[in-house]
Amino acid sequence: MALNRRSFLKAAGLTTLAGLGGHAAMELLAPGALEAAQPAQVGAYPEALTAKRWAMLIDTEKFTSAELYQKCIDACHKTHNVPTIPGKQEVKWLWTERYAGTFPEQQHALVPEKVKHQPFLLLCNHCDDPPCVRVCPTKATFKRADGIVMMDMHRCIGCRYCMAGCPYGARSFNFRDPRPFVENIDEHYPTRMKGVVEKCTFCEDRLAKGQLPACVEVSEGALIFGDLADEDSEVRRILRERYSLRRKPSLGTNPSVFYLI
Amino acid sequence: MYDGNKIIPGLVIFLGLITFPFWYNIGSAAYEKPQLKLPEIEKECVEPKDWIRAEHMQLLDDWRDLAVRDNTRLYVNQAGKSFDMSLSKTCMSSRCHANKAEFCDRCHDALAVSPYCWDCHVEPPIVEE
Repeated sequence: MALNRRSFLKAAGLTTLAGLGGHAAMELLAPGALEAAQPAQVGAYPEALTAKRWAMLIDTEKFTSAELYQKCIDACHKTHNVPTIPGKQEVKWLWTERYAGTFPEQQHALVPEKVKHQPFLLLCNHCDDPPCVRVCPTKATFKRADGIVMMDMHRCIGCRYCMAGCPYGARSFNFRDPRPFVENIDEHYPTRMKGVVEKCTFCEDRLAKGQLPACVEVSEGALIFGDLADEDSEVRRILRERYSLRRKPSLGTNPSVFYLI
Repeated sequence: MYDGNKIIPGLVIFLGLITFPFWYNIGSAAYEKPQLKLPEIEKECVEPKDWIRAEHMQLLDDWRDLAVRDNTRLYVNQAGKSFDMSLSKTCMSSRCHANKAEFCDRCHDALAVSPYCWDCHVEPPIVEE
Protein backbone atom coordinates (compact mmCIF):
# COMPACT_ATOMS: atom_id res chain seq x y z
CA MET A 1 0.00 0.00 0.00
CA ALA A 2 1.31 3.43 -0.92
CA LEU A 3 0.02 5.21 2.18
CA ASN A 4 2.61 5.09 4.96
CA ARG A 5 2.13 6.29 8.48
CA ARG A 6 3.73 9.67 7.82
CA SER A 7 1.50 10.63 4.89
CA PHE A 8 -1.57 9.31 6.70
CA LEU A 9 -0.90 11.54 9.72
CA LYS A 10 -0.33 14.54 7.44
CA ALA A 11 -3.60 13.97 5.61
CA ALA A 12 -5.49 13.45 8.90
CA GLY A 13 -4.05 16.65 10.36
CA LEU A 14 -4.93 18.68 7.29
CA THR A 15 -8.46 17.33 7.22
CA THR A 16 -8.98 18.25 10.87
CA LEU A 17 -7.64 21.75 10.22
CA ALA A 18 -9.90 22.18 7.23
CA GLY A 19 -12.88 21.05 9.26
CA LEU A 20 -12.21 23.42 12.14
CA GLY A 21 -11.18 26.28 9.88
CA GLY A 22 -14.19 25.76 7.67
CA HIS A 23 -16.57 26.04 10.58
CA ALA A 24 -14.79 29.16 11.83
CA ALA A 25 -14.93 30.67 8.34
CA MET A 26 -18.65 29.93 8.07
CA GLU A 27 -19.24 31.55 11.45
CA LEU A 28 -17.27 34.58 10.28
CA LEU A 29 -18.85 34.98 6.86
CA ALA A 30 -22.42 33.87 7.59
CA PRO A 31 -23.05 33.96 11.33
CA GLY A 32 -25.70 31.57 12.56
CA ALA A 33 -26.15 29.87 9.19
CA LEU A 34 -24.98 26.51 10.50
CA GLU A 35 -27.39 26.46 13.42
CA ALA A 36 -31.09 25.82 13.00
CA ALA A 37 -32.90 29.05 12.36
CA GLN A 38 -35.10 30.12 15.29
CA PRO A 39 -36.31 33.55 14.33
CA ALA A 40 -39.58 33.54 16.23
CA GLN A 41 -40.23 34.97 19.65
CA VAL A 42 -42.44 33.44 22.28
CA GLY A 43 -44.11 34.89 25.33
CA ALA A 44 -47.14 35.02 27.56
CA TYR A 45 -50.37 36.85 26.79
CA PRO A 46 -50.25 40.39 28.15
CA GLU A 47 -53.70 39.92 29.71
CA ALA A 48 -52.67 36.71 31.54
CA LEU A 49 -53.48 36.51 35.24
CA THR A 50 -50.36 35.82 37.27
CA ALA A 51 -49.62 35.07 40.89
CA LYS A 52 -46.90 33.72 43.14
CA ARG A 53 -49.22 31.10 44.58
CA TRP A 54 -52.75 30.61 43.34
CA ALA A 55 -55.32 29.63 45.94
CA MET A 56 -59.04 29.00 46.12
CA LEU A 57 -61.43 29.73 48.97
CA ILE A 58 -64.65 27.74 49.15
CA ASP A 59 -67.30 29.62 51.12
CA THR A 60 -69.28 26.73 52.62
CA GLU A 61 -71.96 29.10 53.90
CA LYS A 62 -72.81 30.29 50.41
CA PHE A 63 -73.15 26.75 49.06
CA THR A 64 -76.70 26.30 50.25
CA SER A 65 -78.21 24.49 47.29
CA ALA A 66 -77.31 21.38 45.41
CA GLU A 67 -77.93 23.36 42.25
CA LEU A 68 -74.99 25.66 42.85
CA TYR A 69 -72.70 22.69 43.39
CA GLN A 70 -73.93 21.13 40.19
CA LYS A 71 -73.53 24.40 38.31
CA CYS A 72 -69.85 24.59 39.24
CA ILE A 73 -69.25 20.92 38.46
CA ASP A 74 -71.02 21.17 35.10
CA ALA A 75 -69.10 24.29 34.13
CA CYS A 76 -65.81 22.58 34.94
CA HIS A 77 -66.58 19.29 33.29
CA LYS A 78 -67.99 20.91 30.17
CA THR A 79 -65.00 23.21 29.72
CA HIS A 80 -62.53 20.36 30.00
CA ASN A 81 -64.40 17.56 28.22
CA VAL A 82 -64.54 15.44 31.37
CA PRO A 83 -66.39 12.20 30.59
CA THR A 84 -69.41 11.03 32.58
CA ILE A 85 -68.70 7.39 33.35
CA PRO A 86 -70.79 5.70 36.03
CA GLY A 87 -69.31 3.38 38.62
CA LYS A 88 -65.76 2.75 39.66
CA GLN A 89 -64.24 4.10 36.45
CA GLU A 90 -65.63 7.56 37.16
CA VAL A 91 -63.54 10.55 36.05
CA LYS A 92 -63.88 13.73 38.10
CA TRP A 93 -62.16 17.08 38.45
CA LEU A 94 -64.69 18.68 40.76
CA TRP A 95 -67.07 16.74 42.98
CA THR A 96 -68.80 16.75 46.36
CA GLU A 97 -68.29 14.74 49.52
CA ARG A 98 -69.90 14.74 52.96
CA TYR A 99 -68.21 16.13 56.06
CA ALA A 100 -66.79 12.79 57.23
CA GLY A 101 -64.96 12.24 53.96
CA THR A 102 -63.88 15.83 53.56
CA PHE A 103 -62.49 16.46 57.03
CA PRO A 104 -61.83 13.00 58.53
CA GLU A 105 -59.54 14.50 61.16
CA GLN A 106 -62.29 16.82 62.41
CA GLN A 107 -64.77 13.97 62.74
CA HIS A 108 -66.47 13.50 66.11
CA ALA A 109 -69.78 12.27 67.48
CA LEU A 110 -71.23 15.72 68.16
CA VAL A 111 -70.84 17.37 64.77
CA PRO A 112 -74.13 19.21 64.09
CA GLU A 113 -76.53 17.27 61.85
CA LYS A 114 -76.60 20.10 59.31
CA VAL A 115 -72.83 20.05 58.87
CA LYS A 116 -72.66 16.28 58.94
CA HIS A 117 -74.85 15.94 55.88
CA GLN A 118 -73.79 19.07 54.05
CA PRO A 119 -71.88 18.38 50.86
CA PHE A 120 -68.48 20.04 50.42
CA LEU A 121 -66.94 20.87 47.07
CA LEU A 122 -63.77 18.89 46.41
CA LEU A 123 -61.00 19.36 43.87
CA CYS A 124 -57.23 19.06 43.52
CA ASN A 125 -55.72 20.95 46.45
CA HIS A 126 -52.70 22.18 44.49
CA CYS A 127 -50.51 21.42 47.48
CA ASP A 128 -47.39 23.38 48.23
CA ASP A 129 -45.60 20.05 48.79
CA PRO A 130 -47.50 17.74 46.43
CA PRO A 131 -46.92 14.02 47.01
CA CYS A 132 -48.14 13.23 43.49
CA VAL A 133 -45.29 15.25 41.99
CA ARG A 134 -42.76 13.52 44.19
CA VAL A 135 -43.81 10.03 43.06
CA CYS A 136 -44.34 10.70 39.34
CA PRO A 137 -41.57 8.81 37.50
CA THR A 138 -41.83 10.80 34.25
CA LYS A 139 -42.43 14.32 35.58
CA ALA A 140 -45.78 14.24 33.79
CA THR A 141 -47.17 15.98 36.83
CA PHE A 142 -45.19 18.92 38.10
CA LYS A 143 -45.55 22.04 40.20
CA ARG A 144 -45.38 25.34 38.38
CA ALA A 145 -43.77 28.47 39.77
CA ASP A 146 -47.23 29.90 40.50
CA GLY A 147 -48.17 26.91 42.67
CA ILE A 148 -50.41 25.11 40.18
CA VAL A 149 -49.90 21.35 40.14
CA MET A 150 -50.08 20.68 36.45
CA MET A 151 -50.53 17.57 34.30
CA ASP A 152 -48.65 17.01 31.05
CA MET A 153 -50.80 14.39 29.37
CA HIS A 154 -48.15 13.87 26.70
CA ARG A 155 -45.79 12.42 29.26
CA CYS A 156 -48.19 10.44 31.43
CA ILE A 157 -47.55 6.70 31.17
CA GLY A 158 -50.54 5.75 33.32
CA CYS A 159 -48.59 4.13 36.16
CA ARG A 160 -51.01 5.65 38.70
CA TYR A 161 -48.34 6.28 41.35
CA CYS A 162 -49.77 9.80 41.67
CA MET A 163 -53.19 8.38 42.45
CA ALA A 164 -51.68 6.30 45.22
CA GLY A 165 -49.70 9.31 46.40
CA CYS A 166 -52.56 11.83 46.46
CA PRO A 167 -54.21 11.81 49.89
CA TYR A 168 -57.26 13.66 48.58
CA GLY A 169 -58.42 11.30 45.83
CA ALA A 170 -58.21 14.17 43.39
CA ARG A 171 -56.96 12.11 40.48
CA SER A 172 -58.89 9.93 38.06
CA PHE A 173 -57.61 7.30 35.70
CA ASN A 174 -58.91 6.79 32.19
CA PHE A 175 -59.64 3.10 32.15
CA ARG A 176 -61.07 3.43 28.65
CA ASP A 177 -61.28 5.88 25.78
CA PRO A 178 -63.25 8.77 27.32
CA ARG A 179 -64.58 10.23 24.07
CA PRO A 180 -67.80 8.21 23.83
CA PHE A 181 -68.68 9.43 27.33
CA VAL A 182 -68.30 13.14 26.63
CA GLU A 183 -71.49 14.85 25.59
CA ASN A 184 -70.88 17.75 23.18
CA ILE A 185 -67.10 17.70 22.94
CA ASP A 186 -65.62 21.20 23.08
CA GLU A 187 -63.09 21.23 20.26
CA HIS A 188 -61.02 23.94 21.95
CA TYR A 189 -59.90 21.66 24.76
CA PRO A 190 -58.41 18.21 24.17
CA THR A 191 -60.02 15.10 25.56
CA ARG A 192 -57.79 12.54 27.18
CA MET A 193 -56.95 9.07 25.93
CA LYS A 194 -57.09 5.65 27.50
CA GLY A 195 -54.38 5.14 30.10
CA VAL A 196 -53.67 8.62 31.44
CA VAL A 197 -54.45 10.24 34.79
CA GLU A 198 -56.28 13.57 34.93
CA LYS A 199 -57.33 16.14 37.49
CA CYS A 200 -58.19 19.79 38.06
CA THR A 201 -55.55 22.22 36.74
CA PHE A 202 -57.00 25.41 38.30
CA CYS A 203 -57.96 26.25 34.69
CA GLU A 204 -54.40 27.26 33.89
CA ASP A 205 -55.34 27.60 30.21
CA ARG A 206 -58.00 30.17 31.13
CA LEU A 207 -55.68 32.04 33.51
CA ALA A 208 -53.14 32.31 30.68
CA LYS A 209 -55.74 34.29 28.73
CA GLY A 210 -56.90 36.45 31.60
CA GLN A 211 -60.00 34.49 32.58
CA LEU A 212 -60.85 33.15 36.04
CA PRO A 213 -61.39 29.39 36.45
CA ALA A 214 -64.67 28.15 35.00
CA CYS A 215 -66.09 27.07 38.37
CA VAL A 216 -65.25 30.43 40.00
CA GLU A 217 -66.95 32.29 37.18
CA VAL A 218 -70.32 30.55 37.70
CA SER A 219 -70.13 30.20 41.50
CA GLU A 220 -72.03 33.43 42.32
CA GLY A 221 -69.27 34.48 44.70
CA ALA A 222 -69.07 31.22 46.64
CA LEU A 223 -65.64 30.48 45.24
CA ILE A 224 -62.90 33.07 45.60
CA PHE A 225 -59.69 32.79 43.62
CA GLY A 226 -56.51 34.78 44.13
CA ASP A 227 -52.88 35.08 45.07
CA LEU A 228 -52.01 33.63 48.47
CA ALA A 229 -48.55 35.18 48.43
CA ASP A 230 -49.90 38.72 48.03
CA GLU A 231 -50.82 40.17 51.42
CA ASP A 232 -53.25 42.67 49.89
CA SER A 233 -55.15 40.15 47.81
CA GLU A 234 -58.80 39.35 48.40
CA VAL A 235 -58.07 35.78 49.47
CA ARG A 236 -55.62 36.95 52.13
CA ARG A 237 -58.07 39.59 53.39
CA ILE A 238 -60.85 37.00 53.73
CA LEU A 239 -58.53 34.48 55.39
CA ARG A 240 -57.61 37.14 57.96
CA GLU A 241 -61.28 37.79 58.73
CA ARG A 242 -62.84 34.34 58.65
CA TYR A 243 -62.04 30.94 60.11
CA SER A 244 -61.00 28.37 57.53
CA LEU A 245 -60.19 24.67 57.35
CA ARG A 246 -57.95 22.76 55.03
CA ARG A 247 -58.21 19.07 54.26
CA LYS A 248 -55.90 16.68 56.18
CA PRO A 249 -53.48 19.35 57.44
CA SER A 250 -51.50 16.82 59.49
CA LEU A 251 -50.05 15.34 56.30
CA GLY A 252 -48.03 18.49 55.74
CA THR A 253 -48.93 18.87 52.08
CA ASN A 254 -49.97 22.48 52.65
CA PRO A 255 -53.02 22.69 50.34
CA SER A 256 -53.99 25.84 48.45
CA VAL A 257 -57.72 25.17 48.83
CA PHE A 258 -59.37 26.64 51.92
CA TYR A 259 -62.87 25.96 53.28
CA LEU A 260 -64.44 29.00 54.91
CA ILE A 261 -66.57 27.87 57.83
CA MET B 1 -15.47 -22.55 -9.07
CA TYR B 2 -16.04 -24.97 -6.24
CA ASP B 3 -19.71 -25.60 -5.44
CA GLY B 4 -20.82 -23.33 -8.30
CA ASN B 5 -24.06 -25.26 -8.57
CA LYS B 6 -24.98 -24.04 -5.07
CA ILE B 7 -23.43 -20.58 -5.07
CA ILE B 8 -24.90 -19.33 -8.36
CA PRO B 9 -28.54 -20.27 -7.57
CA GLY B 10 -27.96 -18.82 -4.10
CA LEU B 11 -26.79 -15.54 -5.60
CA VAL B 12 -29.75 -15.45 -7.96
CA ILE B 13 -32.18 -15.98 -5.07
CA PHE B 14 -30.38 -13.33 -3.00
CA LEU B 15 -30.50 -10.77 -5.81
CA GLY B 16 -34.14 -11.59 -6.40
CA LEU B 17 -35.01 -10.98 -2.77
CA ILE B 18 -33.02 -7.79 -2.39
CA THR B 19 -34.55 -6.23 -5.50
CA PHE B 20 -38.04 -7.35 -4.46
CA PRO B 21 -39.34 -3.79 -3.85
CA PHE B 22 -38.39 -2.77 -7.38
CA TRP B 23 -39.96 -5.56 -9.38
CA TYR B 24 -42.92 -5.88 -7.04
CA ASN B 25 -43.91 -2.31 -7.86
CA ILE B 26 -43.48 -2.63 -11.62
CA GLY B 27 -46.71 -1.63 -13.27
CA SER B 28 -48.23 0.12 -10.25
CA ALA B 29 -48.79 3.84 -10.44
CA ALA B 30 -45.90 6.11 -9.57
CA TYR B 31 -46.02 8.08 -6.32
CA GLU B 32 -48.04 11.21 -6.77
CA LYS B 33 -47.67 14.21 -4.57
CA PRO B 34 -50.92 14.46 -2.62
CA GLN B 35 -53.14 17.35 -3.62
CA LEU B 36 -53.92 19.37 -0.52
CA LYS B 37 -56.89 21.64 -0.09
CA LEU B 38 -55.41 24.92 1.02
CA PRO B 39 -57.34 27.34 3.19
CA GLU B 40 -59.46 29.81 1.31
CA ILE B 41 -59.43 32.63 3.81
CA GLU B 42 -55.94 32.74 5.30
CA LYS B 43 -53.11 32.82 2.76
CA GLU B 44 -50.09 33.10 5.06
CA CYS B 45 -49.03 30.29 7.36
CA VAL B 46 -47.33 30.79 10.72
CA GLU B 47 -43.94 30.48 9.05
CA PRO B 48 -42.85 30.21 5.36
CA LYS B 49 -44.57 27.35 3.57
CA ASP B 50 -41.45 25.35 2.72
CA TRP B 51 -40.16 25.50 6.27
CA ILE B 52 -43.53 24.50 7.65
CA ARG B 53 -43.75 21.58 5.24
CA ALA B 54 -40.51 20.16 6.56
CA GLU B 55 -40.60 21.25 10.18
CA HIS B 56 -44.26 21.53 11.27
CA MET B 57 -43.91 18.52 13.56
CA GLN B 58 -40.96 20.13 15.31
CA LEU B 59 -42.84 23.41 15.59
CA LEU B 60 -45.88 21.69 17.11
CA ASP B 61 -43.66 19.75 19.49
CA ASP B 62 -42.02 22.99 20.64
CA TRP B 63 -45.42 24.63 21.00
CA ARG B 64 -46.77 21.85 23.14
CA ASP B 65 -43.79 21.91 25.50
CA LEU B 66 -43.86 25.69 25.74
CA ALA B 67 -47.61 25.81 26.38
CA VAL B 68 -47.90 22.89 28.77
CA ARG B 69 -44.65 23.04 30.68
CA ASP B 70 -43.60 26.70 30.47
CA ASN B 71 -47.01 28.38 30.34
CA THR B 72 -45.91 30.30 27.25
CA ARG B 73 -48.70 30.49 24.73
CA LEU B 74 -48.00 33.39 22.42
CA TYR B 75 -45.89 32.88 19.30
CA VAL B 76 -44.62 35.86 17.34
CA ASN B 77 -43.26 34.98 13.89
CA GLN B 78 -40.59 36.73 11.84
CA ALA B 79 -43.14 39.07 10.32
CA GLY B 80 -44.23 40.13 13.81
CA LYS B 81 -47.65 38.49 13.68
CA SER B 82 -48.68 36.70 16.86
CA PHE B 83 -50.42 33.35 17.17
CA ASP B 84 -51.90 31.27 19.93
CA MET B 85 -49.72 28.17 20.26
CA SER B 86 -52.49 25.70 19.69
CA LEU B 87 -53.10 22.99 17.14
CA SER B 88 -56.87 23.13 17.39
CA LYS B 89 -57.27 26.86 17.97
CA THR B 90 -54.71 28.14 15.47
CA CYS B 91 -53.75 25.56 12.84
CA MET B 92 -57.15 23.92 12.63
CA SER B 93 -59.27 27.01 13.14
CA SER B 94 -62.12 27.70 10.75
CA ARG B 95 -59.94 30.20 8.87
CA CYS B 96 -57.22 27.65 8.15
CA HIS B 97 -56.97 23.87 8.09
CA ALA B 98 -60.34 23.02 9.60
CA ASN B 99 -60.74 20.06 7.30
CA LYS B 100 -58.38 17.41 8.61
CA ALA B 101 -59.28 14.82 5.98
CA GLU B 102 -58.44 17.12 3.08
CA PHE B 103 -55.27 18.58 4.51
CA CYS B 104 -53.49 16.75 7.33
CA ASP B 105 -54.59 13.25 6.40
CA ARG B 106 -53.76 13.46 2.69
CA CYS B 107 -50.02 13.79 3.31
CA HIS B 108 -49.91 11.62 6.40
CA ASP B 109 -51.71 8.81 4.61
CA ALA B 110 -49.54 9.09 1.49
CA LEU B 111 -46.42 8.87 3.62
CA ALA B 112 -47.85 6.19 5.91
CA VAL B 113 -47.33 8.16 9.11
CA SER B 114 -49.99 8.20 11.79
CA PRO B 115 -49.40 10.97 14.30
CA TYR B 116 -51.41 10.44 17.49
CA CYS B 117 -52.21 14.15 18.02
CA TRP B 118 -55.90 13.55 17.40
CA ASP B 119 -56.21 10.78 19.96
CA CYS B 120 -56.78 13.66 22.37
CA HIS B 121 -56.88 16.92 20.40
CA VAL B 122 -60.26 17.34 18.80
CA GLU B 123 -60.58 17.86 15.08
CA PRO B 124 -63.15 20.58 14.45
CA PRO B 125 -66.52 19.39 13.15
CA ILE B 126 -66.95 20.04 9.44
CA VAL B 127 -69.48 22.77 8.80
CA GLU B 128 -71.71 22.10 5.83
CA GLU B 129 -72.18 25.13 3.62
